[in-house]
Amino acid sequence: MTITDPMTASADAANQEQTVSRVVYTADDGTVTEIDGRPGDSIMETAVRNGVPGIIGECGGSLSCATCHVFVAAETLALVGTPGDLEDEMLDGTAVEREENSRLSCQIKLQSGCRYHVTTPSEQI
Amino acid sequence: MDTTLIVGACQAGVQLASVMRDLGDTDSIILIGEEAHRPYQRPPLSKGWLKSELTPDDVILRSREWFAGRGIELISGDRVVTVHRDPDGSGTATTLGGRVIRFTRLALTTGASVRRLTVAGTDYRGVHYLRDADDALTLEPALREPDVDHVVVIGGGFIGLETAAVARQLGKSVTVLEAGPRLVGRVVAEETSAFYLAAHRRRGTEVVLDARITRIVGDDASAAGQKGSVTGVELADGRIVPADLVVVGIGVVPRVELADQLGLEIDNGIVVDATCRASDGRTVAAGDCASMPNPYPLGLGGRVRLESVNNALEQAKIAAATLLGRPEPYVSVPWFWSDQADLKLQIAGLSTGYDEVVVRGEPDSEKFGVLYYRDGRLIAADMVNRPAEFMAVRHALMKGHTIPPDAAADVDVPLKQSVIDPAALAA
Repeated sequence: MTITDPMTASADAANQEQTVSRVVYTADDGTVTEIDGRPGDSIMETAVRNGVPGIIGECGGSLSCATCHVFVAAETLALVGTPGDLEDEMLDGTAVEREENSRLSCQIKLQSGCRYHVTTPSEQI
Repeated sequence: MDTTLIVGACQAGVQLASVMRDLGDTDSIILIGEEAHRPYQRPPLSKGWLKSELTPDDVILRSREWFAGRGIELISGDRVVTVHRDPDGSGTATTLGGRVIRFTRLALTTGASVRRLTVAGTDYRGVHYLRDADDALTLEPALREPDVDHVVVIGGGFIGLETAAVARQLGKSVTVLEAGPRLVGRVVAEETSAFYLAAHRRRGTEVVLDARITRIVGDDASAAGQKGSVTGVELADGRIVPADLVVVGIGVVPRVELADQLGLEIDNGIVVDATCRASDGRTVAAGDCASMPNPYPLGLGGRVRLESVNNALEQAKIAAATLLGRPEPYVSVPWFWSDQADLKLQIAGLSTGYDEVVVRGEPDSEKFGVLYYRDGRLIAADMVNRPAEFMAVRHALMKGHTIPPDAAADVDVPLKQSVIDPAALAA
């Protein structure tokens, strides 16, 4: 068994009635990167696999490092819900102080066919 | 034009290639790995993967488009078997698959291979190791087979305990056999070891310390030429611990074969300096295979070989800069994590050389910390189910700050508020 490519998998998934979501990442310096993400993947995974700067995700999404901190744009907030208890505690220790719209992007799983917009902080460590 | 050859398509290898591009290198980069899979994360293999919460896609490090877009040639499923350098510093690597790769720069991110148990009987069916994706792909369904009731885990380190926790959650009868006098003895203080012993026993796992394993026993082969299945693990006192499945997690051994061919100095890994340069002054090494001067706390001396994602990433960054002629020393504060059942352990710093520990909170509450001091100064902490406090310690250590021991013991004051800057106090 080989590990299939997430991007290939998303193309193959057309018959699974799921459409890709689009994630817009705005870096601290204003640079904008747009990536198509597979439903079920997190905003962190989508960023890291495609080399989007500003998100590290050292622990791979296991809520251990708080290096995938993002600020969620107002129009995206309704899509993403609120942080769980553990995420909430980790957010207290981010490199750039948390704000009302702070989330750890490993905990935001993409739904089908949505558009997400997040801004990354100036530092993650 | 330069060609950088990175041997080992793992977390460190991918990071090294990535940082070289970030630093402006536009020359050829070849990343080669012996596993048939594309580069993936190892930590989930003993956690989310074993729990069937992840698919192979979830652990992939970078998309194919990323490698193509960054001009990094990825070769999977082929192993470098020989490497040599010419007097001018360039060199040639040959692979099992017959490739001949010329390079001008060489990075070894060869990682570590699983340590094998040397007693008789490890070839019975049902004896597993857990290091690679292939191991996990085999172990995950094997743990769920209906006739597997008794699971024996050999080794009470992180991999063993994470695996034991998953097996227990699946309703198996689980026994952990640890050769040492306490769990995770290589990494944490007695207080943390004692906690994990109690916590796993509370969850119904049997733990045997100071276990001397004499052999693995099994039944006769059902067909000619086929090995029988494991039935138990025999201890020195004659007791046989019943086992339908055995997982061996007794650590790893650094991969130094290629470094050895190059004549590089080896001492529990490939010896590198603080800029990840090996003893020939040219080759760099990073990750599980590299033994570096103890980076932390400063002035402690000695060498250390760290097995962690954080270290792989940090060393790879430094190694990339060194290859491009811009060396910078390792300054990161190492950190580690382990998820066992509902216990989240996060470790900040290295506790080597500690002379005092402070226990913060009540261990039996399963929400506590152990803080390590040397000469009155905080150097590390193990935090169990206290993520915010782990972050507070990690940030304090990164800034060279400390937390007075008496304040660390006071659970009524948030740890973050007790952080002080010793330099400011002295001024």
